[in-house]
Amino acid sequence: MHALFAYGFLQRAFLAGILIAVACAVLGVFLILRKDAMIGHGLSHIAFAGVALGLFLNVLPLAAALVVAVAGSLAIVHVKGRAGLHGDTAIGVFSSLGLAVGILLASLARSFNVELMSYLFGDILAIEPLEVWLSVGLAAAVLIAVRLNYDKLLFMTFDRESARASGIKVGRLDTLLMVLTAVTIVLGMKVAGILLVAALIVIPAAAGLQVATSFHGAVGAAVVVALFSVAGGLALALLLNVPASAAIVILSFVAFVVLFALKKGRGGTPPSGD
Amino acid sequence: MILAALRHVSFAYDGDPVLLDVDLAIESGDFLAIIGPNGSGKTTLVKIILGLLRPSSGEVEIFGRPPSAFTDWDKIGYVPQKATHIDAFFPASVEEVVGMALASARRKGRPSTREARQRVRRALEAVGMAEFARTSIGRLSGGQQQRAFIARSLVTAPQVLFLDEPTTGVDADTQAAFYDMLDRLNKREGLTIVLVTHDVGIVNKHVNRVACLNQRLVYHGDHAGFCRSEAFREMIGHGDHLISHQH
Repeated sequence: MHALFAYGFLQRAFLAGILIAVACAVLGVFLILRKDAMIGHGLSHIAFAGVALGLFLNVLPLAAALVVAVAGSLAIVHVKGRAGLHGDTAIGVFSSLGLAVGILLASLARSFNVELMSYLFGDILAIEPLEVWLSVGLAAAVLIAVRLNYDKLLFMTFDRESARASGIKVGRLDTLLMVLTAVTIVLGMKVAGILLVAALIVIPAAAGLQVATSFHGAVGAAVVVALFSVAGGLALALLLNVPASAAIVILSFVAFVVLFALKKGRGGTPPSGD
Repeated sequence: MILAALRHVSFAYDGDPVLLDVDLAIESGDFLAIIGPNGSGKTTLVKIILGLLRPSSGEVEIFGRPPSAFTDWDKIGYVPQKATHIDAFFPASVEEVVGMALASARRKGRPSTREARQRVRRALEAVGMAEFARTSIGRLSGGQQQRAFIARSLVTAPQVLFLDEPTTGVDADTQAAFYDMLDRLNKREGLTIVLVTHDVGIVNKHVNRVACLNQRLVYHGDHAGFCRSEAFREMIGHGDHLISHQH
């Protein structure tokens, strides 16, 4: 195993995978507590249209997906705020559109199906050096942006009205969070694929939330689960010759089940009333 | 010194009037109760002062500036209605909840982590909750949660504290202790308190000024005057009259 890490492709996969998974886990804690867990799913479908567009126009699919996913996230925030739609309706509308546009472009140009499949199912072990450095840079930028706004995001997530009354611009933070999520989802496509990338947002965060008694604790636990899943998933992919994306997601689910059982074992349900 | 002022303020939701031509001044040192029946516009009034809602007409000033141009939010503490109706599974410790209010303060001069911790500890001590600092907020009783939210509103050392129906769902003993604590903050610390309530009993025991609202401001003055007023008699003896104006 140790010798395997002498390979450049594996070092790159590990570096990009770790940073992206950590960004997903941190954002996931905020999104789940805001009851926006499905945004990852929606943005991955919108990113699919971006990948198809990139392949269709013969530009870097990751770059095209970034532009389309960020535009989609802004559209969701705008429509959600202005149209008075309930719950996840705006996400449902734009994710369906993204999928439809992706399918349309894929059928119009029949020559790029193999590459499109690598985005659908993820291929972290085949990640190109340019994509690695783009991913590392953007994932680091996402984490820095979250760190700089961490306290405000926490306040807004816990008590939106009080956060507003304290002078926090919650509308701007909503937009920031959605854009950061869109960027992270696009980066996560290479790790887990369009079909599974939402799992990187939801499962480690959901696992961390099972055992945490503080917000910092929840973020820390989610990051640990993400690191365990990516490291373990890559190792399993190499040893058993199975898809890394599936191995990563299944391992994170195992971690969720273990932490869920741990919570149940210690009777982790808060009391109610006085 | 006038901390907040409303002049001829009206507000409507989708064309339905909620507030009509309200004039109100909140002065430094007041323990002001905004009372009135359900739907009388009490919460709306506070939200307009805090800049959370824009009035349909009229002028609002807070510390001499309109809410849209006001930036010194550390001077204001706010505990919204149903503050304790939180997600019981939200993984936040009491010290994290109290420290949240420093998120805004940090824009203008970020306190060090050590100073922030000290401020949180002092705020928790002020409400008798220091021993619960590491406890998850969802594990506290309603009365304890309410104290934690008061601590959060105090952590920026505000000059005025707005509390919207703060003891809803809290038992009588806890309510008494809670209002005694507010008395101390008002009289000893000089904190101006604006309390939204529909409980006239609280008004009689604790506050020194009263604003009685039923879309229009039907009384504004000291507590003794309120007890002799027509508005008081209507609230005590003819509550239906006031409630009939709600929508």
